[in-house]
Amino acid sequence: MANPQNTATLQRNAKAAPQTNSMAIIAPLAGWFLPGLGHFIQRRWIRGLLLMAAIFTMFFAGLGMQGKVYLFNTGDLLDILGFVGDIGVGALYFIARMMDWGIGNIHRAVADYGTKYIVVAGLLNIIAAVDAHHIAIGKKQ
Amino acid sequence: MTLELSHFNAALLFALCASTVFGISQRNTPRDMFRYGAYCFALFIGGVLVAAWVMWAIKH
Repeated sequence: MANPQNTATLQRNAKAAPQTNSMAIIAPLAGWFLPGLGHFIQRRWIRGLLLMAAIFTMFFAGLGMQGKVYLFNTGDLLDILGFVGDIGVGALYFIARMMDWGIGNIHRAVADYGTKYIVVAGLLNIIAAVDAHHIAIGKKQ
Repeated sequence: MTLELSHFNAALLFALCASTVFGISQRNTPRDMFRYGAYCFALFIGGVLVAAWVMWAIKH
């Protein structure tokens, strides 16, 4: 004979499961689209704010140093990887493309640092999005 | 919008931002996050200083 308490627990878990699964997809996508958003929608306010601040700072500091924003390309391997890194920053990349930021000629040696800043901002955002996924599936608090 | 940073300041800013993300994403509790972030920051800056002195030694 089934224990009523266990049955109630199973029913609760069955109801909770679809929500957890959807969050496991939504959180990393939101985190990719806007840095920190994947944590915000899971009520990790401080973590989200710190991630957002770090990634925004890197991205805009890179632009400020006149770094290059890579366009989609199928040429040099390093240019392809640069594009993959840049696209990791989500909406900021598309805003930068729309505003024509990061496409001017490089006049200073520090601009190369800026290019790396922009790529690394994208890569860090991917790490943050994976972290949001881990929180959603319960692997992390 | 132009940002004028020296090489060392650029390395400091990079280390600060990367350490923040590493600390938050690689540890579970706030205390461990802070400690790991500080550890990464120290390694970044330590690595920069060591590399700088190695390059100085090679040049001289």
